[in-house]
Amino acid sequence: MIVASLICVFSIAAFLQFFVWHCRSIIASSRRVELSERVREVAGIESRDFNGEDFHRLLQLVRLCPDRGDDRGEIRAVGTYYGLLNVLGRIARQTIPPIAAWAEQERESCSYFAAVALDRRISYSRDLFTQQIADRL
Amino acid sequence: MQLGPADYLIWIVSFALEAYVVVCLAFHKDTFRYFSLNLYMLAAALVTLGHYLTFHTYGYSSMQYRYFYYYSESLLIILIYFTVMELYQHVFREMNVSRYIRGAAALLLIATAFFSYAVVRQNKDHLTSRFVVELGQNLYFVGVVLTYLLWGAILKLRETRTRLIQLVLALGVYFSATAGTYALRNLFPGLQESFLRWVPPLIGTWLPLAWAYTFSKIPEDARLATARLMVRAR
Repeated sequence: MIVASLICVFSIAAFLQFFVWHCRSIIASSRRVELSERVREVAGIESRDFNGEDFHRLLQLVRLCPDRGDDRGEIRAVGTYYGLLNVLGRIARQTIPPIAAWAEQERESCSYFAAVALDRRISYSRDLFTQQIADRL
Repeated sequence: MQLGPADYLIWIVSFALEAYVVVCLAFHKDTFRYFSLNLYMLAAALVTLGHYLTFHTYGYSSMQYRYFYYYSESLLIILIYFTVMELYQHVFREMNVSRYIRGAAALLLIATAFFSYAVVRQNKDHLTSRFVVELGQNLYFVGVVLTYLLWGAILKLRETRTRLIQLVLALGVYFSATAGTYALRNLFPGLQESFLRWVPPLIGTWLPLAWAYTFSKIPEDARLATARLMVRAR
């Protein structure tokens, strides 16, 4: 029983760490991408920094754009991660403020990731539009 | 026991993802670069198919299904150990320590087999499902420890290959979730019929899903500083 309890605790802790690092490795690839002015205009964001609360709004805009078909998996994974951060942030806000602050920073990264996804989809829909016009001509 | 639509869906998704990883590796000509991983995914796809066929032919409570389930599980654990060792070889490639890693892998396998034999011998009079759960829990926990050590090596050696990083992290999620589920089943056998019935099949789809994403989206030459994952993202 003691061995099972220890394995259980250690495994849950390891699971959370590995899951957070895995999501970060997906988000990290988007952090190097410089956002275009166009996406800031569309999203109505003037400052350089994104707010954690922007994530859902950006995701709604992403869903309005034509689906590229190759980013659905990562958007879903980051969406799950964002959901977990929300829960963690709410729990930690009253009890462990440093963890709540960390969760908020991660939520901002998720919003940045959603903005990059939006930027890519806008470019894709523009390309589609240009192609359609060219085909008609 | 009757299967619901969710069971069929999980079966189909698992099989499709496992087959996709094998095809994806072959398409990118990476079959031999990740040979053990490829072999594991191929075996996992065949086992998923085998589970479905045995279930339909003999039924859930038949001895044939149980034997197939637990023997195939053992085979997959051995293959996944080889996959972990292959990832170790990729990480330590430039240090020319492949010989030692192969030796360590053989030793680990023998030690695991001996440990399993010792446990089986001790429990031969009451070889119950509880024992199988305990054995699975221990084997997967060894996997968690091995992956943790590998992740430590990746950080220490400042490994930057994004593919390798994501493969290892996905494996860590899989091992820890499976070991945790086995431990919970051991601690609370009552949960098996409700909550824990759904967890192993869902975890089973995680690994091929994450690896399919890595192999289809992350190019071999993509680089990522691991330090970015350890500190705040900005």
